Amino acid sequence: MADQLVAPPLRVLVAKVGLDGHDRGIKVVARILRDAGMEVIYAGLRQTPAMIAAIAAQEDVDVVGLSMHNGAHLTLAPAVVKALRSAGLETAVVVGGIVPDVDLPKLEAAGVASVLGPGASADEVVDAVRAAAAAPAAPAGP
Amino acid sequence: MSGIPLEPVYGPPDAELPGQWPFTRGLHESMYRSRLWTMRQFAGFGTAEDTNGRFKEILRAGGSGLSTAFDMPTLMGRDSDDEMALGEVGRAGVAIDTVADMEDLFADIDLGTVSTSMTINSPAAIIFAMYVTVGDRRGVPRDRLGGTLQNDILKEYQAQKEFIFPPRPSMRLVTDVMRFCSAELPRWHPVSISGYHIREAGSTAAQELAFTLANGFAYVEAALRAGLSLDDFAARLSFFFNAHIDFFEEICKYRAARRIWARWLRDRYGATDNRAMQMRFHTQTAGVSLTAQQPEVNIARVAIEAMAAVLGGTQSLHTDSFDEALALPTEDAARIALRTQQVIAYESGVTNVADPLGGSWLVESLTDELERQAEAIFAHIDSIGSGSMLDGVIAGIESGWFQAEIADASFQFQRKLNEGRWIQVGATAFTDGDDTRPSTLYISEQVEEQQLKRLAETKRARDEAAVDAALGRLRADAARAEINLMPALLAAADVYATVGEVVQSLETVFGTWVETPSV
Repeated sequence: MADQLVAPPLRVLVAKVGLDGHDRGIKVVARILRDAGMEVIYAGLRQTPAMIAAIAAQEDVDVVGLSMHNGAHLTLAPAVVKALRSAGLETAVVVGGIVPDVDLPKLEAAGVASVLGPGASADEVVDAVRAAAAAPAAPAGP
Repeated sequence: MSGIPLEPVYGPPDAELPGQWPFTRGLHESMYRSRLWTMRQFAGFGTAEDTNGRFKEILRAGGSGLSTAFDMPTLMGRDSDDEMALGEVGRAGVAIDTVADMEDLFADIDLGTVSTSMTINSPAAIIFAMYVTVGDRRGVPRDRLGGTLQNDILKEYQAQKEFIFPPRPSMRLVTDVMRFCSAELPRWHPVSISGYHIREAGSTAAQELAFTLANGFAYVEAALRAGLSLDDFAARLSFFFNAHIDFFEEICKYRAARRIWARWLRDRYGATDNRAMQMRFHTQTAGVSLTAQQPEVNIARVAIEAMAAVLGGTQSLHTDSFDEALALPTEDAARIALRTQQVIAYESGVTNVADPLGGSWLVESLTDELERQAEAIFAHIDSIGSGSMLDGVIAGIESGWFQAEIADASFQFQRKLNEGRWIQVGATAFTDGDDTRPSTLYISEQVEEQQLKRLAETKRARDEAAVDAALGRLRADAARAEINLMPALLAAADVYATVGEVVQSLETVFGTWVETPSV
C-alpha cells in the first residue's frame, strides 16, 4: 500500500487514430482515468501512428489508449504499436471500441495489451490501464 | 381489433387539432390513417456494388426509401488511395471516389421514382453533384430527383466531428446547395438538420432539441442572407431526430420541436406559408442505447424507441438492428429491424388515431417543459450571437461551448450508469443468462483492394486535361463568394474528378478546420 501512495500517478495518452470522429467514448474514458488519479493527455482527433509515438515520447507516458469505432483497428492499432516500438518506447497500448471477437487474438499478437468492448464499466477501464502499465511491454507483431 | 369504432382524432372542441398551427399534434389532420411513414433503412458497406445489392434487397422487402451510409474516407473527403484512408475503405459504409462508383451504387434503380437519402456533410455538395450527374446521364429530369442530403455541417463541429473546412466557407457550400435545389430540384431536401448525432454524442433530450433547432435557425438566417425566399426554401428543410429509450420524453421532444419551429418561423422570421412552418422529420432509433451484452434484448429497445417516434408523428423512420453494438448489421438483423416497424404499422393499431396521446396531462406538461428548456438555450445562443442565431451558433462552435455541454452531459450519464442510478438490462443489471454473440457481418480486407483497383482504372481511363481544367475552374469559383459552386462541382464530377481532388482544390481557398482537443 505504501508503495502505491508514493508512486507517481500513471501518465496516459488517449487519442483517436484514423479518420473516425466519434469522440464520446474517449472523452468519457479520459475523465474516468483522471478521476482515478491518473494524468491524462488527450491528443485529439485524426492522429497518425507517427504523431502518437511522438507525443508519447515527449510526454513520457505509461500507457496509450486508442478509441476506434471505424472498423480499422486491425490496420491502425498494430501500426501504433509498431510506431512506438520503433521509436524505442515500451509504452503499452490499450484499445477501446467496437472490435469483433474474432479480431482479439490478432490484436494481441500485434502487441496490444488489452481491448475494452462496448459496455465496459469504469472500474474495468481503470483496471485495464493499470494492468497494462504494470505488465512487461509486448513486442509489435510481425 | 374488436370492432369498437374509433374517431380519427380525439380532444375537446376548443383543442388544437393535428394539422393545425403550431402543429404540436402532427403535421396532418389524419396522420397515419391516410399515409404511413416512410420506412427508410440506412445501409452502406464495402464497394458500391455490395451496397447496391443491399439496396435492392431493401426495396424487395418492402422498404420505401433508400438511405446511404458512406465510409469514413468518403465522409472526410479523402480518396480510397489516400494515406489516411488505410484500413477504413468500405468499413463503416460504402466507398465513393468518383461518379463511376455512384453509377454502380444506383445500378438498376430508377432515380426518377426512388427517394434517396445521403448521409454526408462536409463533402455533401460534391457527392450530391455526382448523384445529379448520374441522373443527368440516364436522362432523368432534375425536377424528378427526390430525396434528402444531410448536408448539416453545424452539428459536425458540435458532435459528429466530420469537418474539413472552417465553419464560414462550409456554410457557403450549404447555401449553394440550397440555392441550386430551389432553382432546379424542387423535390429535393437540401439540408437535413440533425439532432441524431448530437444525442448520440451524449446530449440530453432538451439539448438535442435546442441545439438542432438553433442550427435550423442558423440555416434559415444563412439562406435569408443569400437572398432566398423564406417560404420557398423553408418548406424544403427537413429534420432528423434520435429516438432514445425514455419513451414519453422522446414523444414530447418531437411535439415541442414542431411547435417551436412553427412559432419561430412565423414570429421571428416572418414566414407566411404553413408549409414553411411545418417541421418534417426523419427519426432513427438510438444506436447508443444498444448493448453488446445480450444483444437480442436490443430488439425490444428498438421497438419501444420506434413506437415513440411514431407516436411523436415522424415522417420517416430507421430502426436499428440488434447487432449494431457489435458490428454493421447482417442482412437478417436488418430485416428484423424493418419487421419491427411493420408490426407497429400494421398490427399495433396506433396508426388508427392521429396523436393518440394528445391531452395526456403528462405528455402536455412534458412538452411544455421541453419547450421552456429549449427557449432558455436559444436565449443564450442569441445573446452570444448579438441577436443572430447564425452568429451565435458559430461563436458557440468556435469557443467549444456546444462541445463542452455535450461532453458534460455524456459524462453525467456515464456516472449514472456506473453508480447504478440508471439500469441497462442485460448489461448493468440482470446480467445472468445467455450471452451468446450472434454471428456478425465481417467486411473482408479485399474490399480495400477492389476499391483501389476500381479507382486506378477510373483514373487511367479519364481525360486528365479535362480534370485539371475542371479543378482550375472550381478554385477560381471558390475564390469568389458570389458564385454558386454547384455548376463547377457538377462539371468536375462529370470528368471523373475524385472526391479527394475536389476537396483539396477547395482547401487551397477555404483552408481547413482543426479542433482544439479538450475533455
